[in-house]
Formats: sequence, structure tokens, C-alpha cells
Amino acid sequence: MTTATPAVSFAVTEEQRLLRATVRELVTARATSERVREVMLGDDGYDRDAWAELAQTGLTGLTIPERFGGAGASFAEVAIVIEEAGRRLLPVPLLSSAVLGTEAVLAAGTEQQCAALLPAVAEGATTLALAHLDQRGGLTSEPGVTARRDGGDWVLEGTAGYVVDGASADLVVTAAVSDDGLLLLVVPGESAGLARRPVEVLDLTRPMATLVYDGVRVGDDARLAADDAIVALHRALSAGVVAIACEQVGGASQMLEMTTAYARDRIQFGRAIGSFQAVKHRLAELLVQVESARSTAEHAARVLAEGDREELAIAAPMAKSYASEVFERASADGIQLHGGIGFTWEHDAHLYFKRAKATKLLLGSPSHHRALLAEVLGL
Amino acid sequence: MTMDERTLVTERIDKLLASHPPATTPEREFWGAQFDHGLAWVQHPEDFGGCGVSPRWQAEVDRRIVEAGGSVRNRYLNVLGIGMGAGTLMAHADEQRQRRMLRPMFTCEEIWCQLFSEPGAGSDLAALSTTAVKEGDTWIVNGQKVWTTLAHLATWGLLVARTDPDVPKHAGLTYFVVDMQADGVDVRPLYQITGEAEFNEVYFDDVRINDDMRVGEVGQGWAVAMTTLMNERVAIGSNVAPRGSGAIAHALEAWRQHGGDDPVARDQLLRYWVEAEAQRLTTIRAGEARKSGTPGPEGSTGKLHWADLNKAITAFTIDLLGAEGMTYPGGYEFTRPDETANRAESPHKAFLRARANSIEGGTSEIMKNILGERVLGLPGEPRVDKNVPWREVPRS
Ligand SMILES: Cc1cc2nc3c(=O)[nH]c(=O)nc-3n(C[C@H](O)[C@H](O)[C@H](O)COP(=O)(O)OP(=O)(O)OC[C@H]3O[C@@H](n4cnc5c(N)ncnc54)[C@H](O)[C@@H]3O)c2cc1C
Repeated sequence: MTTATPAVSFAVTEEQRLLRATVRELVTARATSERVREVMLGDDGYDRDAWAELAQTGLTGLTIPERFGGAGASFAEVAIVIEEAGRRLLPVPLLSSAVLGTEAVLAAGTEQQCAALLPAVAEGATTLALAHLDQRGGLTSEPGVTARRDGGDWVLEGTAGYVVDGASADLVVTAAVSDDGLLLLVVPGESAGLARRPVEVLDLTRPMATLVYDGVRVGDDARLAADDAIVALHRALSAGVVAIACEQVGGASQMLEMTTAYARDRIQFGRAIGSFQAVKHRLAELLVQVESARSTAEHAARVLAEGDREELAIAAPMAKSYASEVFERASADGIQLHGGIGFTWEHDAHLYFKRAKATKLLLGSPSHHRALLAEVLGL
Repeated sequence: MTMDERTLVTERIDKLLASHPPATTPEREFWGAQFDHGLAWVQHPEDFGGCGVSPRWQAEVDRRIVEAGGSVRNRYLNVLGIGMGAGTLMAHADEQRQRRMLRPMFTCEEIWCQLFSEPGAGSDLAALSTTAVKEGDTWIVNGQKVWTTLAHLATWGLLVARTDPDVPKHAGLTYFVVDMQADGVDVRPLYQITGEAEFNEVYFDDVRINDDMRVGEVGQGWAVAMTTLMNERVAIGSNVAPRGSGAIAHALEAWRQHGGDDPVARDQLLRYWVEAEAQRLTTIRAGEARKSGTPGPEGSTGKLHWADLNKAITAFTIDLLGAEGMTYPGGYEFTRPDETANRAESPHKAFLRARANSIEGGTSEIMKNILGERVLGLPGEPRVDKNVPWREVPRS
């Protein structure tokens, strides 16, 4: 049972301050409401121009070591980028490629495999996705894909559900059950026998796909071979969980700011609606919660950066469960406090509301994460 | 600069601990020596219990003292003096008063109380009606204060009184230090829902205060009172305890003994554990931001978050106790304690005492107004008492 008080620091370096300012500027310019909507209703899957600009700025391969062409930064920096992108719902594959896919390759790939795969990922030329769930997306069930040996190759069969950016990814890191146990295989998105069906998603800014593997054949070098695939998958998913919490903090902050601004401007009964306590107090409560959610997410990102696995087992589920509920409340209150305009398609509030609900359920609901935490704390 | 401060503070602590080993020095003598070494409140100047360094070093001083077996419980015993009075006197009192009063405050030889609230003026402090009328060099005070914590032990009181009823309410106030033993001061216990009387009613009947006990200018009482309240809210909201301590420790204990396997209760317990930790981390983050000179909104949310959460967790703990939750072990003792019970030992007492958290030091509703208006920049409410002489404002 781990209940010792960890040493905690929230110190921000000058570089991190600068990084945040740079990313905020870039994201604000790129992720206009108009552009986000264009991408979410288009066929590209993500904003390729924005992704190219992120790549030029070195933000698509932040945690990739320099010897593999990346920036060699830590997760504390990734957290900043993800939070800022989350503020504006920038539709790019940061979560799927820069976090889930990259962490899986880094954790499971050999030096050689990393050298072959990651430079193109760092450059933004290749995007990754992670397919690890079964068709129904059950967190506790085995992956829905199996792999069997055929000569020197692997042949994949089955269905992987809820693959984030699964239709647009160039390479899909696929978790598959085999006679040798769990494997992680890098499968090209355009492979013969791989059908990628877009899911009709609640949150249009984050596409998902169902991937049907019908005799997909890859060579043995596609198997990430350095380390235990279960451990590697777990690492990638922990990073994903923390990344989502950071993104949720970004979304919740933005929603709070938007709603506060509206409450200052909107006049009813001859006064700004923000002067009514029913409105003001709700926003003050949100402020309290958003600031606390930020603390949990930043803490988790720092713990991840330091590689403290023991504390991460507490910090990650704590951040994901708390930030999920705060974002959900911030976005729901956001709609309510905007009145009728908040219920229109034209207003952005619903985009945040949908992002909140979808991320709350992505990689485990709050109660799932609290159950994990209960185990760690021995409760 | 910071490096020099570290050396200066460390040297002083070393010297203090060497000359006055906490294990063998009586508490008061130790606190006196701590004051003389400039380590009582490090941010204040030399000779006044400080050494003129950044307040961030105080935590280091306290840590070293506790580590060496010393006590910092004077901060609880004289919470209204050390927590609020000291900052107020340093900012607004004259030097003679500061020299006379700060040291015995720190050693707890003289306990302080805060005479702000009245039956007709709580949240709306500026509406208060206790009057001070000047006669030559003396002020004559009449009126009633209420909820005055530790007044039964106090040597001195921080008093706000109305000196001009004909101007708008904030403009007619003046701040004094009053001798609680003076003729005409009557302190009566007020028993709380715990059965104890931490607080009191205080009546003033022609109490005489010399003009040199005035703090700040005549009519400037509101500004001085704000200094006191800001110190109070920071003091309440910025205490960082270890992970899993305080109210949540009681909840965990109750769960282990009575919880069984109710999944709904477990989920709720975890929810509170997470929120308590989130609040704790935010307090740490706020402290760091304050130290590095970049304070943000996280610095203002502590009091409100802690108060409401503490209430919720202590109430949930009683639920976990099941039938035992219907008891009050030890019974209600109608005592007048010598410190406030915020660190209550039993979950039963903690549950009752916590009801005050969202009332004392500014109610949660008032805190939300402040966050909404000062941090989020939302407009205030229309005021019916603005620019109206206090005399003409409706009061209960
Ligand atoms: C344990 C304890 C110790 C205390 N110790 C001291 C002390 O040592 N010295 C001292 O001077 N005082 C002390 N107080 C008093 C405390 O500061 C007041 O109780 C508090 O400010 C509230 O004032 P009130 O009790 O008059 O309530 P009221 O101000 O009458 O409030 C009643 C209710 O109305 C709400 N309300 C009032 N105004 C507004 C508004 N504008 N908007 C929304 N809601 C509003 C309040 O939030 C509250 O819920 C203590 C109180 C407690 C409980």
C-alpha cells in the first residue's frame, strides 16, 4: 500500500513558459472555430496543415529521443502542448500518434526498430495509431485481433474497436493475441485485408475507426520485439491517460473563460448575468475545480516525466478521474449559462461538451480509475 | 540574493537551536529566543521578530524547529494574534506599539482576539454599529461584538468601531487595539454545536481607549481590517498537510473498520480521497507560484475548496460509521477550550466542528462573490447601501 507523501514540485522552467506561449499562439491561429468545423466535417481525418506546422516547430516528436530524430523532451513538455491543443480542440493526432503510438514503439521496439520507425514520426511524415481494444471497446477483455505464424510472417485476423485516428494513421500499432502471448505489431494502414471503418463518433473532432483484419500479413520485423508487450502496452496507455487529463484541463479552462466572458457581456434584467449570484457562484465553483484539476494533471505529467512508476499508479488514475468530471461539468454548465445560443450547432459549446463526454469514457471512466486507485491504496 | 537569504536563515536557525535546544528549553522561553533571533516571522524587519527575508523561508524555519523536537503550536494557541494581528500591526501600527506587543504575542504570554463581527454585521462587516466617540485623548466605546474566538483568554483585542455614522459605511470606521481587562469589557461564553465555547459575546459599556491605541488613521478602519482578513484567509487556506491526513484520514479509518464491501461507498470514498489530494496539490502549487512571484487564480481558491470539502468528508465519515454515527463519544462537555478545535481528534467532533468552516473567516457564499468578482472579473451586484450615510442604511 502506497500512502507516503510524495515530494511534489510544480516549478516551471523558462523554456516551458516559452513553449506554452509558442504553442498557444500557434494553436490559436490555426484552430479557429471555422477551421475546426471544416476539418471535423471533412474527409481528411485531421488538420494536415496544422500538423505540418507542429512538425516544423518540432512538436510532433517531443518525447522521441534525439538519436531517433525527436526533440528528446519530457512528458512535462508534451503535457503543455496537449493542454494547449485541447483548449482549442485542434484536430490533430497528438494523442494517437505522439503519445499512444510513440510510447508503444519506444517501450516495445528494439533500438533498430525505433531507428527505422520514429524519425518519420518525429518529422510528422508518418502518423501512428494504437489498436488494442476488442470490437466492443471493453477495457478488461483481450484484444480483438489474433496473430498466427505463417512461415516467416504473421497473419492477423479479427476486429479492433475504437481506434483513435485509426482511419487516417499511416501505421497502426496493433495488439494481438498469439500462441506466444500478447504481441505488438506495426501494421501499415494501407495493408491488404485491412478494412478501416469510421465510427459514427459523438465527438467529431476526434475520429475513431473500427479496424477489421482479414488475413493481414506482416513480416516478423513488424513485431516490436524489445520488451514484454503487456508492460509496453501498459506504459503507452498510462501516458495516454495522463495526456487525456491534460487535454481535459485545457478544454475545461477554455470553457470557463468563454462562459465567464459571456457572463460579463450578456445583459438581462438591466444587468450583466454574471452579476447574478446563481451564475457567479457556479463560475466560482468551476474555477475552484478547474484549478484543482490542473494540479492533478500537472502532477501526473511530472511524475510520468520522472519515470516514478509507483507514484504514477496513483497520479494517473487520480488525474483522469478528476479532470474528466471537472471538464464534463465545465462544459455542461457552459451550455446552460449561455442559454439558447449554447444549444445551437453554431456555438462552440457543444464541441467541448462532446469532447468532455468522449474523453471521460476514453481509456477508462472515472469510476474505473477510482477502482484502480482503490487497489493501489488497499481500500 | 536568494542564496544569501538561505545562508542567513540557516545560520540563524543553527544558532537558535544550539543556544536553546528545543528539547530542554521551556516552550515560551524558546519562542522568545526564536523571536529574538528574527525567526518568528522572517519577512518582518530585525528587532521586530524578523530578519527581512522573503516569507517563503518561514516554512524552512518551522520545519527545522519541529525536526529538532521544538513546537510551533503557538501558531494555534494564539491564532488570531500570530495569524492576523502581527501582519496588521506591522502594516499599520506605530513603532512603539509594535515593540511593545509583538514579542509577548509570539510567546503566547498575551493572547489576542478579533472583535469584528456583531449581531447586526457579519458578512457585511462594514455595517457594524459599535461606536467609538472621542473625548480629548480618549475614545469611549459602546456596543456588542459576537463570535469572538478566544476572547475569554485574550489580553488584547483587534477592534473595529464606528467613529462617524454620517458618512457611507466603509468611510466611518476606525481600528483600535483594546485592553480586554479594561473596565466595561464583559466577555460571556457562547456555546457552539459541539457544546464547547471557543467563542464569546463581548459587551462594551463606556470602555475607554487611549488614542495612542488607534491603529491607522481615523476613518481608515476598513483598510486596516482588510489587512487582517487577507492574513486570515491566507492562513486558513494555505496549510499543507501530508497526503491522506486530516478529514480523509478519519474517513479511511472508518472505511477500514466499518466499510465492508459496499461499492457505492467505496467509490465515494475514492472520490473524496482524490479531491482532497487535488486540493492539497493546488495548495502546494499556489505556494510555489506565490514564492516565484507569479501567483495565479490557484492562490485564491484554497479557503473555499478546503471548507466545503472538509464539511463533505467529515459528514461522509459519520455515514460510514453506521450505528456508531448516532453517538457522540465522551458526551457534550460545556467547556471553554484554550485553543480552537479545528484539529479535532474524534471524527464525531470533527463532523460538528466542520460546519463552521464555511462560515468562519468569510462564508463560502462571500468567498464565491470574491472569486467571481476579483478573480473572474464579473460585475458586482447592484448596491442599495452605496454612497448612503450609514445612519440611513436598513439594518437587522
Ligand atoms: C467558529 C467561528 C469563529 C468565529 N470567530 C470570529 C472571531 O474570532 N472574530 C470575529 O469577528 N468573527 C468571528 N466569527 C464570525 C464570522 O466571521 C461570521 O459568522 C461570518 O462572517 C458570517 O456572518 P454572520 O454570522 O453574521 O452571517 P450572515 O452574514 O448574516 O450570513 C447569513 C447567511 O447569508 C449569506 N450571505 C450574507 N451576505 C451574502 C451575500 N452578499 N451574498 C450571498 N450570501 C450572503 C451568508 O453566506 C450566510 O449563509 C466566527 C464564526 C464562527 C462560526
